[in-house]
Amino acid sequence: MAEDFLLMILTLDATIRVSVPLILCALAGLVVERSGVIDIGLEGKMLAGAFAAATAAALSGSAWVGLLGGIGVSVMLAMLHGFATITHRGNQIVSGVAINILASGLTVLLGISWFQMGGQTPPLTGAARFSSLSFPGADAVADVPLLGHLYSELLSGHNVLVYLAFLTVPAVWWLVYRTRFGLRLRATGENPAAVDTAGISVVRMRYLALIICGILCGIAGAYLSTGHGAGFLREMTAGKGFIALAAMIFGKWRPVPVLFACLLFGFLDAIAIRLQGVELPVIGEMSVQFIQALPYILTVVLLAGFIGRAIAPKASGIPYVKEH
Amino acid sequence: MASAPDKLPAWVDIGLLPVINVALAFMVSGLLIAALGQDPFEATWVMIRGAFGYEESLGYTFYYTTNFVFTGLAVAVAFHAGLFNIGGEGQAYIGGLGVGLAFLALDQYLPFALMLPICIIAAALFGAGWAYIPAYLQAKRGSHIVITTIMFNFIAASLMVYLLVNVMIQPGQMSPETREFNSATWLPYMHEALAWFGVEVAQSPLNLSIIWALICCVLVWGLIWHTRWGYEIRAVGANMSAAVYAGMPPARIIIVTMCISGALSGFVAINEIMGVHHKLLLDFAAGYGFTGIAVSLMGRNHPVGIVLAGLLFGALYQGGAELAFENSAFTPDLIVVIQGLVVLFSGALSYMLRGPAERLYFALATPKPAEA
Repeated sequence: MAEDFLLMILTLDATIRVSVPLILCALAGLVVERSGVIDIGLEGKMLAGAFAAATAAALSGSAWVGLLGGIGVSVMLAMLHGFATITHRGNQIVSGVAINILASGLTVLLGISWFQMGGQTPPLTGAARFSSLSFPGADAVADVPLLGHLYSELLSGHNVLVYLAFLTVPAVWWLVYRTRFGLRLRATGENPAAVDTAGISVVRMRYLALIICGILCGIAGAYLSTGHGAGFLREMTAGKGFIALAAMIFGKWRPVPVLFACLLFGFLDAIAIRLQGVELPVIGEMSVQFIQALPYILTVVLLAGFIGRAIAPKASGIPYVKEH
Repeated sequence: MASAPDKLPAWVDIGLLPVINVALAFMVSGLLIAALGQDPFEATWVMIRGAFGYEESLGYTFYYTTNFVFTGLAVAVAFHAGLFNIGGEGQAYIGGLGVGLAFLALDQYLPFALMLPICIIAAALFGAGWAYIPAYLQAKRGSHIVITTIMFNFIAASLMVYLLVNVMIQPGQMSPETREFNSATWLPYMHEALAWFGVEVAQSPLNLSIIWALICCVLVWGLIWHTRWGYEIRAVGANMSAAVYAGMPPARIIIVTMCISGALSGFVAINEIMGVHHKLLLDFAAGYGFTGIAVSLMGRNHPVGIVLAGLLFGALYQGGAELAFENSAFTPDLIVVIQGLVVLFSGALSYMLRGPAERLYFALATPKPAEA
């Protein structure tokens, strides 16, 4: 019993660790889609952010400098998306595809050119990584059954970016629903012409949303390469940006449901490894591939309208043309 | 008094501007190569020689081109109906499943002459089937086709890993691949086919599927511009409400268009599985679906443009491989970057130069006051 409980705690712990980049990216997508810009370049921004963070951290020896580097590069890519889709009204999907392809190629090309390690960055140690924070008394209660495990394994022992990611959820909720900026943001995504009439610049709102998006994707990338991992590996985001996109839709563009969608998808990821070759009651042996595909299948089913309706912001994907 | 023209002439719009956009992409690539401490002109020369310099390299270039023509056409057909099929990757992969199943079931019994049409139909059916579900959901339930086709790429990848690892793997073998198909039913290589006519060329993976690719170009051209269906596809793409008002059924057109698009993606498997690998294996379609987007954008969704763009990307792939072989500072990732830049400049930023070009053109074209 106690062993089962510990196993459950460890699975949940793994869930939290793999959910963090999903949460950050999904919220990034939420903010930007709420402003009426579709961004399928979350994956690319996170990948570029991961590379920049690992590079900056390796060169400076500081994880915080790495974080800034990751955010900087990710915001730059977000601005490129804005330049193409807001300023020049290019196709938002095409621009997102371009950013994903660019990030995938540039990270490896530059990595090999700078470090000659087959596309990896030098392994990070010490202060160049975000190390786990230990809550006061976590070690002391680690042997206490149930609550002790819960406290020391699940709540304590994560790096600072994990806590930051979870704090981002109420922060984005507050920003979107309780501030003047959020009201304008939502209006920009639903009816940009009305926002324009009210004397607010649609272009400015969308660029601001993209900056927030870039910051969050950059943090997600930095988490992957300097917190969760210890250096950059080629293609290390491995589709997480698209799972985040799915989670954003699954959460219907609302912060708290998005959080739970990310945790659900993270949980599926965490148990996929554990369930390998395990016989389950009733269903028998689950294939790992099925569990891995489940987030995508669930999202398609949701989009098909079989489990509630997912309705995107009305103006998302449509470039805004100011009337003269 | 002659009034100034209010539209850019066609040669600027579909001739000059795309070329300038691609040139910009290559200029940025060149700057990047220079930033890596290499000589961009020398790299270009190595790539051109590596892509076109000798028979074998030419074969490789055309072999890659074949894939890009298929996926480029797939993206283009969907574009004409205003749909963004980003799922070419998955549709090509599942098309391979169709070809693989056809071979595993029939290759011991049927001659090549029957296997060829069966495989083409299998690739088309499976590719179209994989596009059908997102198309249906878009047409009937209003789900965003970009999102569903992305999801279907990942679902296809998981499905194929599952099938190859657990079901279709050749027993007693470690790597997740099927058995090799009966060699009598392989699609002949180009060097084999030319040898029948007494023409000797170097060996390469280029096979007869390139002919099918060119036939598909003609078929797509005919379909889009010379049939009623094509007219409906373009009408839905240009103005959905006008098309509905004219009595066209949008749901059926969306579904049919996406199935055609999926079938075209599926034909990648004819080249890769029937022509080159002769067994079903993991990730044989990797990257071709996404490159199809770049090819279609560059080729302005027209078969002629797509063949040219496909040739350019085929040359980039082959030349890039050669470049990576000769100079270790480059890896095939350079090609990925160039591809990204082409998508960026030819696709996302394609309107960037339009405004300035219009102003410049009208400034030049406006007739000057007649001199007395």
